[in-house]
Amino acid sequence: MRNLHVKTLALLLIVAGISLCWYKVTRLGLPLLPTEKAEVWTVEARIEFKARRDAPVKLQFSIPRQPSGYTVVDENFVSSNYGLTTEDDGLNRFAQWAVRRAKGYQVLYYRIHLAQDPMAPVQPATIVVPEVHPPRFPELLHSAAAGLMEEVRSKSADSATFARELLLRLNAPMPNSNASLLKQDIQSPEEWTKRIVDLLAGANIAARMIQILLLKDGISHGSLTPWLEVYDGTQWLAFNPQTGEAGLPKDAVVWHIGDAPILDLSGGKNPKIEYSITERTQDRTLVAEQRARQMGSRLMEYSLFSLPVATQNVYRVLLMVPIGAFLIVFLRNVIGIKTFGTFMPILIALAFRETELLWGLVLFCLLVALGLLIRFYLEYLKLLLVPRLAAVLIIVIILMALVSLVSHKLGFDRGLSVALFPMVILAMTIERMSLVWEELGSSEALKQGFGSLLVAALGYLSMSSRCLEHLVFVFPELLLVILAMTLLLGRYTGYRLTELWRFRAAFRS
Amino acid sequence: MFWNGFQLPWRRLRELGIMGLNERNADFILPYNPRRNYPLVDDKRRTKALAMEAGIRVPMLYGVVEIVHEIEQLHTVLEPYEDFVVKPAHGIGGEGILIITGRHNGRYRKIGGTMADDDELGHHVSNVLNGMYSLGGLPDSALIEYRVKFDPIFEHISYQGVPDIRTLVFKGIPVLAMIRLPTRISDGKANLHQGAIGVGIDMATGWTFCGVWHEDPIEQHPDTGGTLSGRQIPHWDDILALTARCHDLVGLGFIGVDIVLDAQYGPMMLEINARPGLSIQLANKIGLLPRLRRIEELRSIPASVDERVKLAKSLALREN
Repeated sequence: MRNLHVKTLALLLIVAGISLCWYKVTRLGLPLLPTEKAEVWTVEARIEFKARRDAPVKLQFSIPRQPSGYTVVDENFVSSNYGLTTEDDGLNRFAQWAVRRAKGYQVLYYRIHLAQDPMAPVQPATIVVPEVHPPRFPELLHSAAAGLMEEVRSKSADSATFARELLLRLNAPMPNSNASLLKQDIQSPEEWTKRIVDLLAGANIAARMIQILLLKDGISHGSLTPWLEVYDGTQWLAFNPQTGEAGLPKDAVVWHIGDAPILDLSGGKNPKIEYSITERTQDRTLVAEQRARQMGSRLMEYSLFSLPVATQNVYRVLLMVPIGAFLIVFLRNVIGIKTFGTFMPILIALAFRETELLWGLVLFCLLVALGLLIRFYLEYLKLLLVPRLAAVLIIVIILMALVSLVSHKLGFDRGLSVALFPMVILAMTIERMSLVWEELGSSEALKQGFGSLLVAALGYLSMSSRCLEHLVFVFPELLLVILAMTLLLGRYTGYRLTELWRFRAAFRS
Repeated sequence: MFWNGFQLPWRRLRELGIMGLNERNADFILPYNPRRNYPLVDDKRRTKALAMEAGIRVPMLYGVVEIVHEIEQLHTVLEPYEDFVVKPAHGIGGEGILIITGRHNGRYRKIGGTMADDDELGHHVSNVLNGMYSLGGLPDSALIEYRVKFDPIFEHISYQGVPDIRTLVFKGIPVLAMIRLPTRISDGKANLHQGAIGVGIDMATGWTFCGVWHEDPIEQHPDTGGTLSGRQIPHWDDILALTARCHDLVGLGFIGVDIVLDAQYGPMMLEINARPGLSIQLANKIGLLPRLRRIEELRSIPASVDERVKLAKSLALREN
């Protein structure tokens, strides 16, 4: 009955732990491995203008609004003495800078860090069925447009195919007379896109111009590219106005929607915007974490990442202790290794994290050996128990200081890390080891000593694994799984590995 | 096929019914030994008092030292006794036991023949009081009691110290027994992990068969050369009855009872252990599990001690 109880409990814990972890991996996109990286684009918009004297400066600049396919890792505004507000009208987002008095050339920066992230939450922009304003073309253009429309209409089925057909005709290498007439007075891509929007409006099809930024590493004086979007009755479809290709380019961010100017400046002149783009890689964990925040996930509000960094670092170490404890349970109850004290090897292993394994082992052996020598001398003095323990503790600390000093003088700075050993644990180890030595002989004492060291070394190796550290810190619910396994081992009634050796005499009969 | 004769070692142990430490702890000690009754056996003074009340013979208590100050008067307390034993009331694994076999020129003769003065004795007692040998290092008291003069039957198979008989008792029924013989290595102590020899005893008859030393089978005592097997333990039925009664005394289901045979007083109960070791299986070359499981299956355990002894013998016979 009790076994069933323990097994059910363990099963519940495992299911809870694994499913939480599964949710975090699949829904929040947290990576299972610490090495997973995400590409992060840093886009910087530099706005330069000359302030007009004796007039307050007011500046409205359009900025990206949750670009789809990307997670905004960070966003900042550099604007020394300007007041800053951001505004969102449901379609576009704006940064508004204002200052009462400015002089000479002004430079403002807007910087956004975008991580490529196919799982980024897509926030559906509220789609308002757009109104179509029929354009007013001059007489000549009007008939050209009507002619072209007639041609396209006969060869299309819906808005999307209409737009595509129109674009193909307008952009053909050898355009017909109607198309070339419509193209004649166009000076810039913006105008061209506007012309197409107008033409589509003439056919009663809603279309709009958007401004996109093509992400390419190393761009320093970039600008936005106009693009075309056509409304097909349910959603907006993007088209390249120059080729008629459907969709947005691969690495592109929608910066601004509509034909309103990107920058609206009052109290200044000669505004100039330049975009620079760089690419780098960053830990996927940070990106996913940022995204989960944006999704408003309750789970991530209570993630360890929300703690101050110093506390986070403490928990990075603390959360490794359960792994060490489980290792101890396994090594003692399944393998049957004898150690001094139950969790002493784990504390030693924690100290090894600072000293590194080889130095840790050397320093530990050195301290225990010296301590034992002095402890044997103390035995001869017949001291009472508690004063003797205190004496051993004091001697351990003196020895630690001496080892640090000597190794520093000899130039081994690693030796300094001896100060990180848990001295009370060391003192108790020396005391217990000397008792075992006296009562059960040196071989038993050395056996237990090496057992402890072995467990400490294994503990260090498992607790310093970056992969495990990442797992328990990002997915602390995995501790439930470790707890479950510990509970199961608590009801393990099989033999210990060392017992197979102990009872070997039974095999001979 | 070449692996036909091969058997996985743990399968083989299971087949032999050998019990491991994990199984002992999880399936016997935890369910059958209620924690609140532990103090009755962990404190040897309380065990002694309980046993005396029930009429079980134990080594006479000469005195108890509870505070360091009393060590000064130790000399006068011990005056009337030629020989005695000092042991911690909460000792574990037979540690901290000092045996004084006699006196010489105002000094004490320890069991190995070395001498000790009042200071050394006092230091030992103070170590005991400070909890050096007790569970968890808690402060302890020291018992001074009668030194058992063991039955001459063991003279040829024991090197110094006092041999004792360890019997495993499950739910009041003796299950397995062995006699533990001190060796030179064990320094007069009768604990197997300290180097004593364990010799299995046939539960039905009280005859010894061959033993185990450091987990290896052994035929002769390494120090005296005496043959270990084929010796009849005197008062065997009394011993079995005594161990069965110890179960009623402390209310623990799974215990090891240590009994010594005194030349003058006969069987005496030394102590009860709530966490008995498992080497007894090696000494008997018998796994504990079949007998324990059979007792677990019994619908009721007879109340009378004689019936239980009979049951113990029949269990052993059925197996042989």
